[in-house]
Amino acid sequence: MSSAFSWIRGLPALATLAAGLIGLALLLSFFIAPEDGNQGISQRIFYIHVPIALTAYFCFGLGAWKALLLLWRGEERHDLESYVAIHQGTIFGLLTLITGAIWAKASWGVWWTWDSNQLVLFLTLFLFYCAYFMLRFSLPEGPRRSRSSAVYALFGVALIPVSFLAIRLAEDFIHPTTFTRDGPQMTGTMFTAFCVSWVAVTLLAYVLYRVELVGKRLHTDLRELREALE
Amino acid sequence: MIRAAGLEKRYGSRRVLRGIDFELPRDGFLLVTGSNGSGKTTLLRVIAGLAAPTRGKVQVDVHRGRVGFLAHEPLVYRALTALENLDLFGRLYRVPERRERIGMLLERFGLWEVRSERVEDYSRGMSQRLALCRALLHDPELLILDEPYASLDEHGAGLLDRELDELAGARTLVVSTHDPARIELLATQRLVLA
Amino acid sequence: MTYLADVAALTRKDLRVELRAQDTLPAMLLFVLSTLVVFHFALPEGTGEDAAYGLLWVAIVFTALLGLARAWVPEQEHGVFDGLVLAPCDRSAIWVGKTVATLAFLLAAQVVALPAFALFFAPLDAVALVGVLLADIGICAVGSLMAAMAAAGRARELLLPLLLLPLSIPLIVGGVGSAISTEPERYLLLLALYDGIFAVLSWASFEYVVTES
Repeated sequence: MSSAFSWIRGLPALATLAAGLIGLALLLSFFIAPEDGNQGISQRIFYIHVPIALTAYFCFGLGAWKALLLLWRGEERHDLESYVAIHQGTIFGLLTLITGAIWAKASWGVWWTWDSNQLVLFLTLFLFYCAYFMLRFSLPEGPRRSRSSAVYALFGVALIPVSFLAIRLAEDFIHPTTFTRDGPQMTGTMFTAFCVSWVAVTLLAYVLYRVELVGKRLHTDLRELREALE
Repeated sequence: MIRAAGLEKRYGSRRVLRGIDFELPRDGFLLVTGSNGSGKTTLLRVIAGLAAPTRGKVQVDVHRGRVGFLAHEPLVYRALTALENLDLFGRLYRVPERRERIGMLLERFGLWEVRSERVEDYSRGMSQRLALCRALLHDPELLILDEPYASLDEHGAGLLDRELDELAGARTLVVSTHDPARIELLATQRLVLA
Repeated sequence: MTYLADVAALTRKDLRVELRAQDTLPAMLLFVLSTLVVFHFALPEGTGEDAAYGLLWVAIVFTALLGLARAWVPEQEHGVFDGLVLAPCDRSAIWVGKTVATLAFLLAAQVVALPAFALFFAPLDAVALVGVLLADIGICAVGSLMAAMAAAGRARELLLPLLLLPLSIPLIVGGVGSAISTEPERYLLLLALYDGIFAVLSWASFEYVVTES
């Protein structure tokens, strides 16, 4: 069981670093970065919303990469890694939807708008990855489940660009007049705040990924030990 | 022909097979026995390549196309006739002189008269005989039979006895049964699952 | 060449099974026609043709789902799936055969449903028909893989729509766009792109979802 210690090694330090960076990112985005001329205070959620969205993509990508490794090399451990990455991605995807809704409320006075391609794409992806969990929970544990989940995870990364394209095209007939939403002109401090926030959220996601992975693996180890004792 | 070492198969937390080791030479006859739920079917599925072992390994020195497999279920389409089913599998297995081979097998297992009836109208015993035809269709080098006597009447069982008599020593055989008395004389090796 | 011969044998078998059992096609036909009648009452006076085209696409996707949910039923009975997986043919041929057969059923249902739609609601031009064909290919290609995945699970009928609907959103965008846009080429291109990407992906991954090693 020496492996259990190697899984945890460095994790407390990383978690502390992530917490510190999140604090710094919040400080920078709410107090240091200057207020946006056009959107006022509501623009500040940008420093949280966008890094969370990027992190969700990152997690989905990681999940697909691990899925590819599973199919390619046939190593069973990649199944759990792929699942945990997608689990984290779905959590961050939900957070993206929530922060996006808050932003929409502040900017346009509505909780939901089909005008934001980003939000529509995340809704599609959120549904897609919820179906991923349905698939996993409906199949009996074993190689078939690992492989089907991996294939579905790979479909996910192919779906992201295709859906993005489709949603862009759909703007034409669904709502010809769109809000103009040019990206805010970022000043130096704004850019720093954004970058720190991005690093902080990514690190947080990585720590959560590691923690969940350790928990799941310990659970399996424990089960095997219990069986060995029987 | 078949080499299994430290074979273990689990489905989630349920362990079905554990620590299976055996070696079966070419043209050997392995009889697998054990009570219900002892993992006979799972072991045969692993040998056939339908299931992968969780730990350990199994090496089968024969191409997938040269393996014949008889399962609990007949593995034929219900809506098709015996002839259509065997024709489809004969094509997929690239059986030479397909028609002759199919006719010969149907004749031998007493299904020639009902060859153009749909499988859904067959009795359990007839389905099992058709399943045997399907498993033998491509004259396999390795034949894996899971409870071959299940649902066969005395006549059908006699036909199978004759077939196994001919095949023993000429082909590699792996046969599971919970009632070994019938064929244990033919077996060269025996594996008891607990 | 043996690959094509395998596909042909498998497709012919599917068509023959359907001809005998008539489990799928009559249900698809009746479903799509009933849906069109429901649409008449779902569309208030003066909603215009665009809304009708939108609903047509809902009908197409759900009709396809109905067919796909039954796609592997003949193989689930009597364990035929194992029989096919054991055969020495390339496993992807099994997927191609099933995709072609499902596509044939969907097209057969549409041969009746699309003229009925044109008669009841709004005309369909050649471009819209090309859009329907391209979207059919995409949904059958992805759907027959997803149906094979769902078939191994509990509640398979429930699982398939959940797996497939998020994946079919680009198809709906492409289909509706090709029917109502003034520049339909871009939408046809989207559909062709989708078909290309997802057909190759499904073709390559089928073997993994039906085997263990």
